[in-house]
Amino acid sequence: METFVLNLLAATLRVATPLLLAALGEMLIERSGVLNLGIEGTMFFGAFVGFVVADHTGSLWLGFWAAVLSGVAAGVLMAFFSVSLGVNQHVSGLGITLLLGGMALFAFRLLYGGRSVPPSIEPFPQLSLFEGVPVLGVLFRQYLFTYIAFLVLVPLAWWLMYHTSFGLNVRAVGENPEAADAAGVDVFRIRYIALAIGGGLIAAGGAFLSLAQLGSFTHGVVSGRGWVALALVIFGNWDPLRVMVGSLIFGGTFALQLRLQAMGLNLPVPYETFLALPYLVTIAALIIAGRNATYPAALLKPYKRE
Amino acid sequence: MLAQRRLRLRIEKTGAPFWFRSLLPVLILILTFVITAIFVLWGKANPLQAYYYFLIAPLSSRVSALEVLVKSTPLLLTGVAVTFAFVAGYWNIGAEGQLYAGAIAAAWLGTVLGGLPSVLAIPLMLLGGFVAGALWALPPAWLRVRWSVDEVVTTLLLNSVMLFIVSALLNGPWRDPVSGWPQSPEIAASTMLPKIVPRSRLHLGFVVAVLAVVVLWFVLSRTAFGLKLRAVGLGRNAARFMGVPVERTVLTAALISGGVAGLAGTVEVAGIHFHLIEAISPGYGYTGIIIATLGALNAWGVAVSALFFGLIDTGAQTLSRAMGVPVYLGEVTQATMLLVALALIPLQRYRIRLLSESSEV
Amino acid sequence: MYLVEMLGITKRFGALVANDRIDFNLKPGEIHALLGENGAGKTTLMRILYGLYRADEGQIRVQGRNVHIRSPRDALTLGIGMVTQHFALVPPLTVAENIVLGYTDDFRLNREAIRQAVAEAEERFQIYVDPDAVVQHLSVGQKQRVEILKALYRNARVLILDEPTAVLVPQEVDNLFQTLERLREQGFSIVFISHKLDEVMRISDRVTVLRDGRVVGTVPTAETNERELARMMVGRETFGVTRQEIHQGEEPLLRLENVWANDDQGLPALKSVSLTVRAGEILGIAGVGGNGQKELSEVLSGMRAPTRGRVLVGERDLTGAEPVEFADAGVGRIPEDRHEGVVADLTVAENLALEHLDAFTRNGLLDRKAMLEHAEHLIREFQIKARPTDKAGKLSGGNMQKVILARVLSRQPKVVIAAQPTRGLDIGATEYVRQQLLAQRDRGAAVLLISEDLDEILALSDRIAVIYEGEIVGELPASEATPERLGLLMAGATKEQGRAGTATATTSH
Repeated sequence: METFVLNLLAATLRVATPLLLAALGEMLIERSGVLNLGIEGTMFFGAFVGFVVADHTGSLWLGFWAAVLSGVAAGVLMAFFSVSLGVNQHVSGLGITLLLGGMALFAFRLLYGGRSVPPSIEPFPQLSLFEGVPVLGVLFRQYLFTYIAFLVLVPLAWWLMYHTSFGLNVRAVGENPEAADAAGVDVFRIRYIALAIGGGLIAAGGAFLSLAQLGSFTHGVVSGRGWVALALVIFGNWDPLRVMVGSLIFGGTFALQLRLQAMGLNLPVPYETFLALPYLVTIAALIIAGRNATYPAALLKPYKRE
Repeated sequence: MLAQRRLRLRIEKTGAPFWFRSLLPVLILILTFVITAIFVLWGKANPLQAYYYFLIAPLSSRVSALEVLVKSTPLLLTGVAVTFAFVAGYWNIGAEGQLYAGAIAAAWLGTVLGGLPSVLAIPLMLLGGFVAGALWALPPAWLRVRWSVDEVVTTLLLNSVMLFIVSALLNGPWRDPVSGWPQSPEIAASTMLPKIVPRSRLHLGFVVAVLAVVVLWFVLSRTAFGLKLRAVGLGRNAARFMGVPVERTVLTAALISGGVAGLAGTVEVAGIHFHLIEAISPGYGYTGIIIATLGALNAWGVAVSALFFGLIDTGAQTLSRAMGVPVYLGEVTQATMLLVALALIPLQRYRIRLLSESSEV
Repeated sequence: MYLVEMLGITKRFGALVANDRIDFNLKPGEIHALLGENGAGKTTLMRILYGLYRADEGQIRVQGRNVHIRSPRDALTLGIGMVTQHFALVPPLTVAENIVLGYTDDFRLNREAIRQAVAEAEERFQIYVDPDAVVQHLSVGQKQRVEILKALYRNARVLILDEPTAVLVPQEVDNLFQTLERLREQGFSIVFISHKLDEVMRISDRVTVLRDGRVVGTVPTAETNERELARMMVGRETFGVTRQEIHQGEEPLLRLENVWANDDQGLPALKSVSLTVRAGEILGIAGVGGNGQKELSEVLSGMRAPTRGRVLVGERDLTGAEPVEFADAGVGRIPEDRHEGVVADLTVAENLALEHLDAFTRNGLLDRKAMLEHAEHLIREFQIKARPTDKAGKLSGGNMQKVILARVLSRQPKVVIAAQPTRGLDIGATEYVRQQLLAQRDRGAAVLLISEDLDEILALSDRIAVIYEGEIVGELPASEATPERLGLLMAGATKEQGRAGTATATTSH
């Protein structure tokens, strides 16, 4: 029983990592006043770029950074539409998701043909911080990205949001861009930067899936995790710590269903019930927390002078 | 006093000249295909030759031209579905899941309605598909009007849930007992949609889709309900102020939207596949969003976009067979066209004018 | 030498010329009033100086040098700060955060140091607000102080104030004027935008008068008088409003009994409001903006449900009813925000029909011919400059308001709720709207006029009630109302006095 719980906790952190990365990125973007529905496509594209570059160069790190760069580019593209042109954010974001999805599948088919078994690479290893120590040994056998996401990025995001002038600018721009502009904050620049950094984080989440968790790239590598991250941002009320809590809830549900499947219990419900469970839990969390959510006031509203 | 004349260019926000607005779709097309040429070249194909297979070849024979209409059928329906919701300002991104709900209903009704004659079975099946789609659209719509839960996220998440339901059905109770494939038993012959053109795959579903477009046009431009839909979508608070029941209107729009998306799944099962399979839709629900947007939420615009996207889908397959360019070029082209259009459409609002003005100094 | 010079400034919005070759200058250490009616181009000119708009033509010089001001950031660099009419503050941020926003070079925000710096600035300029308070919880007067402090903190030497007294009660105005005089002594230059003659006479050193986008003239305040300024401003001798004859109301048509309602934040915005409006009278609700007027008009439109109390129209209980029920009960509603009264992207004809759509519907189908005829009829009757098929959002403010009036008044409503009916309209449209309201009264309707414009209240009302912090703090017949007396009530601090001095007061409970 104890090992079951420990393994579950360890898996929770692992599963939550890509969601946390993407949700932190999306949180930053939404805080600046842009809803980025390009999130799912950016994750998928990041997973693809990471895999292909790592596969071709033999360097996982090169793959990872290439993925981050692709996410930055996707963020800038979203910024071009939502910030510079000020077009509808729902439609442009979905357009970017569809474009990146199509591009990744197109390129993957060109590069690898229509194989039935997906190509794979040796993924990032897990790092043991307390090898051999009971409890901690199991819990702290994680990928580097998991440590970074939980122990570095969450505090960093919190510090950035509330204790730097950049964070102040982002919050101001997402609440009242007219006021921020009048105070001398460059609204366009801040939103571009937020989308670029956020896009990079989102793609890093995708790269984690292909380069660490799976070691391969498939059509279903992301399968709606971007949308889950989107929900987590609302659930987390645009606060890094609460977003982290949300990612753990989803990660926990997902890890639990994996464990239950692995135990091979003969349950009267199909195993897809467990697969769908995290998504349903997310919706439930959204209903409970989302009702009191205080959206950034300028979310979805393009800013135009005059 | 000295009068001085000078010429200057001014950009005015008064609406572009007519010739520019009529040329805009052409401009969008050209730009889209210039951009996608990069992918064609990457696929080691000659762009001009590729575009022949992509855009002309499908129309060059009767069989393949009809195939374009076949491909357009679900797109017309999802385009109409999304339009119903978007017009009312309800962001239904769940047409994909609602389509599968309609497909499930069709696969089930197709087996249980076998005893009835087609004239009864087919209308019942269409009704069932509509209801199934509407039911799947109900929870997010209800959460939206009741508790203001963001429908974008809930409809997206429910799309994922629906895929698991389909998978559970196909790997569980509906798995083909003979072949063991994950596909439902074949529907009864009396529930299959009849072909409307002999020796082709074009089926009654196309007529249903065209009717859906006409109904969309009629509702939006001729009925009080349509005016309420538009009022709610264009200005929720003002509409409420003027006595429009906003919640009920949004809920109704969402249910109609889900129902029409459900019809898309129903006609695909009953007209093309005759089974439920996981690959019923390669993303028709999402493509419907592009189509609705490119069609400017206007019935005829949606019809033209859907037919054109049917051509692109057909062309992408022709091209893939003929020159080995991956079939995903179709998706890339469709998404590119959306983004190009989003970038260019705002230009419609501006006019560049050469001014000759005299100013007194 | 001038500190700021604006030469030949022209600014167009489409066909409208908002500023037509305007010259304006500002000396160091002066308060320069910019006087003009609504729409005269005062705000536009100053928004150009502050970089919020860009002039189509003309030049700006600061300390004799030509400058290009492309953004507020440029303006601030040149020492120019502005307090706009709609405060440019970020509500969920603290006072200190708002003050340093966009003005710190440090990446890291040292909260303690910022608080210190803000406190020092408060001391230096003697403008006090709690640096840690969250802006959305401040009163309007406090927000204005934050805005002024913000500009001064950024080393502005020139302070532009856009209609700063519009949101203040008379007593707060005194406070503001003391601050401005102190700043003048310290060598600051102030542009004071206003349309109120007495204030301009009181505070300014020079006055520049604008009319229809042009400069009428610039005069030293000491060498002019209200009468002359009024003539320059409106282009005619008579100025001010003539009091209407006062009507005695008849049977009560609209009654509010101890109505409570919350604002958007869920805090009580109306506290036990009781009012009666009778047939054939106008009851004016006076008060400084933000004291519950918005919530009151929303409660009476069906847009906001009261938490307690009753709303009665005739004998019908409409507490918490939907907008459509108010319309059906014969309540004509003119919303505070015009854009809430029309759907901008629908046509004029559609907007005129939407409130009573059943009259234009047969078996669910729209009778479009009837809608167009209806629209043409009302356009003629109400002199709206538009075609039935024009989008409502393309109309000018005055014409948009006429569309709403036409829709409301053509139904011969028993009760009219008019919230800020002339806000932002030009003189002609204002006159028209006021006349229509008087005509409704004469016809026998019960009119509730909610306005922040005291002149308007005094000119139109038969009885006047004053709202302060969500409470009706006094009610008096128009014959007994003077600006001073209403001002005291509007300031709230003298609530008891106001009550005592009002013989006919029928306060709540």
